[in-house]
Amino acid sequence: MKDKLLACCLLLMLALPFAARAELVVEVTQGVDAPTPLAVVPFGSSGTAALPEDIAAIVSTDLERSGFFATMKRADMLSFPSQQNQVYFRDWRVSGQNYLLIGRISSTGGQQLDVVYELYDVLKEQRVFGEQISGTTGNMRDIAHYIADQVFEKLTGVRGAFSTRIAYVTAQSRGNGQHLYQLQLADSDGARARTILESREPILSPAWSRDGSKLAYVSFESSRPGIYVQHLASGQREKVQSFPGLNGAPAWAPDGQRLALTLSKDGNPEVYVLDLAQRQLTRITHHYGIDTEPTWAPDGRSILFTSDRGGQPQIYRVYLADRRIERVTFEGNYNSSGKLTQDGRFLAMVHRSAGAGAAFNIAVQDLKTGRLDILTQTSLDESPTIAPNGSIVLYATQEGNRGVLAASSLDGRVRFRMPASSGDVREPAWSPYLQ
Amino acid sequence: MRALKVTKVAALALTFAWIAGCSSTSTQTDSADMTGGMGGTDGAMSSGMGDSGSLSGSSLPGAVANLQTVFYFDFDQSTVRADSFADLEAHARYLAANPQAQVRLEGHADERGTREYNMALGERRGNAVSRFLMVNGVGNGQVEVVSYGEEKPAMMGHDNGSWSQNRRVELKYVN
Repeated sequence: MKDKLLACCLLLMLALPFAARAELVVEVTQGVDAPTPLAVVPFGSSGTAALPEDIAAIVSTDLERSGFFATMKRADMLSFPSQQNQVYFRDWRVSGQNYLLIGRISSTGGQQLDVVYELYDVLKEQRVFGEQISGTTGNMRDIAHYIADQVFEKLTGVRGAFSTRIAYVTAQSRGNGQHLYQLQLADSDGARARTILESREPILSPAWSRDGSKLAYVSFESSRPGIYVQHLASGQREKVQSFPGLNGAPAWAPDGQRLALTLSKDGNPEVYVLDLAQRQLTRITHHYGIDTEPTWAPDGRSILFTSDRGGQPQIYRVYLADRRIERVTFEGNYNSSGKLTQDGRFLAMVHRSAGAGAAFNIAVQDLKTGRLDILTQTSLDESPTIAPNGSIVLYATQEGNRGVLAASSLDGRVRFRMPASSGDVREPAWSPYLQ
Repeated sequence: MRALKVTKVAALALTFAWIAGCSSTSTQTDSADMTGGMGGTDGAMSSGMGDSGSLSGSSLPGAVANLQTVFYFDFDQSTVRADSFADLEAHARYLAANPQAQVRLEGHADERGTREYNMALGERRGNAVSRFLMVNGVGNGQVEVVSYGEEKPAMMGHDNGSWSQNRRVELKYVN
């Protein structure tokens, strides 16, 4: 039995890389104290051949990963209802469930299918809501993430972000100090990873346009750093900036027409804004120190950036109208790579506390109260990126000798990690909501 | 003993999986990236400085062949260390005497802190070496500084020993 299990595991290990490379697997390491118990029953299907995806399993995993739900194991379910008249609420209540999600899939010819799902309140024995969705066998994962979004929003009041994607960079050693760098794009659960750029030279700082259609990033493919913009649908890309010196840290303005970036063409790193249509470059900062890592406030009126003008890297804000600058972070001796939530209230950043040998952690500062909370206990944490619903900050860290992605809710209650099958994973960038 | 064997098998499987992953990669991306990927840009998907190894060490001009080409920096510092002076001065003499010769100074940082901030630190170190050369008579057009930040560590470890080897500027003769 043990051997059989081992053989299965090995087979799986061998098969996975063919299915999708460097795919990330989510492991929840800490959830909320009292997650809501919820059962997602395998969806019934009629008139369909074997379906390529298990919608209920994807919905269940999404909700579990959020940390807010404890989902019931299939093996523990007494029945697999797919419509209301098959539901015996008492059974679900006895097994401790608060909510029940059921559904059914019917083929409507060829690749077309209809999916109906219904959410029930087990304690009230009431239907909470339900919906019918039309799709194809090719987009069943999208349908599943959509359902998870709807359930999450209905039960938590927070918009779900399961239908979003993440971009990240992987690095694989090729021996002799050579590496292969890949810019990858995956669903928010790490599935369907695909490589959109591959190079033997470093790739870093991927940044999503606000409409989710483009990525800007830094690539050293020409043996110097250049800023590129790649259209995700067509794969078409262009080099938008390549001056002598640094070309880095691209950040899209909310209007999607401009990029903030770092150039050192005038002698030292300064923040600039590039108007993409006009090809017009405006210098924003003027200081002999390092000014870099710009990030836009959601209203587009100010830019936050990292500067060592005070002796150590701290985050500052510059108002574009009058170029007034104010310091934002004060705690600790290293604060950088700031990212704001969509409402502009919380700032996630890389933070190092004062004191010798302190680690680099991810921290979040409430800009309204000034309160700073350290979210991680590891070291060498970097590249924070926030889910569009402001619930989770995803970041890169070291585990053993490998770079992995990990995440924490902004309140620190929920944590998960996303190890890849091989290589270093780094530089995550969470997409905005996608249409 | 049995556990050890299992680990070995798993490791082997992982290695195989890794290789398999890599090979499926190239086929997939070659087509996917070539279509839009290359559009109008210079360096291509890979090559670039892929064999940059040839720029250093072996191809040093004879007069400077025995000089140090990697210069290290103290933690959080971008000042050229005294133990670098003699060899940098010798490089400067050679460059001043051979105005057609050019060097590329690749600045690097250790992995601590953020990647873009480390890009800036790497450049600061490259600029410090560049200024040192120019003060010693090297022409402006003979030196190019490129920072790789923490992206190309010389040592892969996550300790002080590796970090001190990674805070460096590599001097490479371009022609």
